[in-house]
Amino acid sequence: MSGSCGRNPPPFPENEDQEAELDTRVLDSDDDEYDDEGEDIFTGARSKPITPTSAPDEGDIFSEEGSYIRTDVHHATNGLHSDEELDLFTEATVELTLTNTTSQGRREIIGPTASACNTTPVPNSILKPSIVTKTMEELEEEESGDHFELNIAVTNPEKIGDGMNAYMSYKVSTQTTLPIFLNKTFTVRRRFSDFLGLYEKMSAKHSLLGCIIPPPPQKSVVGMTKVKVGKEDSSSAEFVEKRRAALERYLQRVVAHPSLLQDPDVREFLERDELPRAVNTQTLSGPGLLKMINRASDAVNKMTIKMNESDNWLESKLQEVENEEQLLRRLHAAVDSLVNHRKELCSNTAVFSKSVAMLGSVEENSALSRALSQLAEVEDKMEQLHQQQAFSDFFILAELLADYVRLLGAVRCCFEQRMKVWQRLQEAQSTLQKKREAEAKLLWANKPEKLQQAKDDINEWESKVSQYERDLERVTCTVRKEVLRFEKEKARDFKQHIVKYLESLLHTQHRLVKCWEAFLPEAKAIA
Amino acid sequence: MEGSSAESALSVSADSIRITDLTQDGDVLTFAITSQKLNSSAGVCVFRAYEDFEWLQQSLFSQENVPGLQGIIFPPLPPKALPLQSNMQTKALKQLGFLALGQDWQGYCKALEFYLQQVATHPTLFKCKALDSFLINSESPGKQRGRKGIFNRLSQAVEEMRKESHKDVDNFFQNERNKNTNIAALSKVATEKLIDVVMTEQKLALACGHFSTSLHLCVNQDDAAAVAFSKVCLKLSDIIEAVKQNFEKVASNNLTTLGLGLDLESRYQEAEKEMLFRRTCKLIELETVKKSTEKAKANKREVMEEFQKAVEKEFSLISSVAKEEIERFHSSRVNVLKNVLIGWCEQQLNTAKECAELYSQHLEACRNMYSE
Repeated sequence: MSGSCGRNPPPFPENEDQEAELDTRVLDSDDDEYDDEGEDIFTGARSKPITPTSAPDEGDIFSEEGSYIRTDVHHATNGLHSDEELDLFTEATVELTLTNTTSQGRREIIGPTASACNTTPVPNSILKPSIVTKTMEELEEEESGDHFELNIAVTNPEKIGDGMNAYMSYKVSTQTTLPIFLNKTFTVRRRFSDFLGLYEKMSAKHSLLGCIIPPPPQKSVVGMTKVKVGKEDSSSAEFVEKRRAALERYLQRVVAHPSLLQDPDVREFLERDELPRAVNTQTLSGPGLLKMINRASDAVNKMTIKMNESDNWLESKLQEVENEEQLLRRLHAAVDSLVNHRKELCSNTAVFSKSVAMLGSVEENSALSRALSQLAEVEDKMEQLHQQQAFSDFFILAELLADYVRLLGAVRCCFEQRMKVWQRLQEAQSTLQKKREAEAKLLWANKPEKLQQAKDDINEWESKVSQYERDLERVTCTVRKEVLRFEKEKARDFKQHIVKYLESLLHTQHRLVKCWEAFLPEAKAIA
Repeated sequence: MEGSSAESALSVSADSIRITDLTQDGDVLTFAITSQKLNSSAGVCVFRAYEDFEWLQQSLFSQENVPGLQGIIFPPLPPKALPLQSNMQTKALKQLGFLALGQDWQGYCKALEFYLQQVATHPTLFKCKALDSFLINSESPGKQRGRKGIFNRLSQAVEEMRKESHKDVDNFFQNERNKNTNIAALSKVATEKLIDVVMTEQKLALACGHFSTSLHLCVNQDDAAAVAFSKVCLKLSDIIEAVKQNFEKVASNNLTTLGLGLDLESRYQEAEKEMLFRRTCKLIELETVKKSTEKAKANKREVMEEFQKAVEKEFSLISSVAKEEIERFHSSRVNVLKNVLIGWCEQQLNTAKECAELYSQHLEACRNMYSE
């Protein structure tokens, strides 16, 4: 995966004595509480803030790692890295909830100790019964940890620059009680490619773990070009609003995910004043093309390799996910048509209103004329109400469904990641088999000088196999947990949105009643 | 102005005329018309097809011995209904306008009913024997080809159009013609635009129906999370169903009150237009005759002058009838529109209130359900 290539793993706590410049960044002007020591950010650790010393043109925004220090709270995210092997897992632990649970939180973790009991590789089974000690209920219980306070808003879209190089800059404001942030409230400005860059980074780091990474809003060449060119019509305003809302929801989903919230990239995104431009996100850039190629090869892979799934729960879940994606697509199409019809109703009502107004203007009978004019006004008001309702339909329902179609895609990716891990295990197992055969051949052919090499090879591959087995178990566990969390979130999300939608319907209906009540006396007054 | 000839009055009460039923046999629609006898408590019920209505209208047009007949604004007969076929929707709409949109021909029956009531309450027309026989004879007028009336519906020949803009000699009528031209055009447009609104509302109801049905497909009982999600989907489905029913009611209200009212207004303006046109034609005839008389040679002059006097008399009769008709029309039209608007507003208000109540209940239920 593209992303933070070439990044050196941040040094572990033993490098704390390394000096770092104090961060001189100035946060939002209303934040006077900035503490130079910055000790509160991480639990009990001394840490140095990030220095924005990197040259902006560098593709890799982590080029200033020299001063980028992590804490002694072990987060796998710290050492996580696309290019490196998953060997890092052997030392790090995975904490997926914010609650610093102790023993309960660790039982699922596949540390070096756990794998010791599994010496014989079982080629075709994915899950070893001994590791799955947690029932579904326990996993679910764990999810309801402490509820923290973190509110994010994306507002104030502003066009910066002119012509084809112009872009929209959005204000990202955060309000939080979490100790991991420097301040309680802070604001930064970000552009769309920054959001995409954040996704790339998180995808690179977390998807291999089996996490479900919320996908960012889609790029839109047409929409953006209109905005760049400076078309000041309602469709480009609508596009900007749609994008702003989508970016807000995207960030809210990201921080709702316990391990993503812990990711320093996320914090940096929210806090740091200036973010180096994420050029890897452009479609036709080198990394962009590479991504496309990877995606194509992934697709081919998916078709040719059938994973032997022994976990029924996961298998049925995957099927469910695929079915649901289809259903949601259909629902989205239905809501889309609803929105379009409402817009049609808007314009028809407006036209009707005008025709009634004209009738009123030529009418001689003054009371009737007045009533007709009032009627035209009522229809005008109704047009506005229809318009608002159409927006509600769209933003509350249609976007929700569209988001979830994409999220389900992310869930599928998560399953695919697991499959990749499984594949790697399979390959390692077959390589090990080959090495053993090679050794046997050598023994038979009686070539002692090559035997040592063969034995070394076997040892190497044996340890790899057991490593990959542990990885697979870990990923499987994570995937299960993630799926559960996702489903809960989904139900909650939909519930919230339905309530919101009902409220909007009710609000519109009340205003409609008022319109009619106002008109009735006018109609009665006709003599 | 009452007709001079002593014709029998209507034997049923004008207010009691109702179209109570409609049967369809292939292409033919048969209407059941009931009314109450004036001098007894007996009710009458007859069955008529559209042709019979046409016969009635023709009979009205072709009455003899009614002075100034051409000055009457004849109640407009709704156009013939095509049999219900889904792919004929647009054709039907072009022909019938609003009357095509109602369910079960409700609007259409109401329009025909109103037509009969208007004829029966017209100070001159109610005396027409044809009306009485239409309403009480058990045998339908049948295929009686009534004499073609003196005048038929206005054709759109270019010649006619030219005549229409002929300058009037009387200011009152010139004004009335101008106003009528305006209002007729505008009310036609308003009617068409309202049709568009109602059709969109019906489309919205359909779209809601699709959405609601699709939500039902999301039901899945596999595990706890799926069940929770299914419940949410079903709830949304109920809500969308409520939205759909609201649209259907709103559309129906629009149809049966404002829609019919605008349609009626539009057709009545056309009827007035036809009357004014007839008068204008008479005026042109008169002016032509005058000119001919002036140019006529001496031997023919007397005949021509006689003829001219007759035409003048006709014209003045028509004009005086027309004046009364116009005033009657103006006051009744305002009344009709007033009732239409009040009825429309009240129905829409009720529907809106009911809908708000329903949404409120749903919201309450949702909040309770989701508060844990």
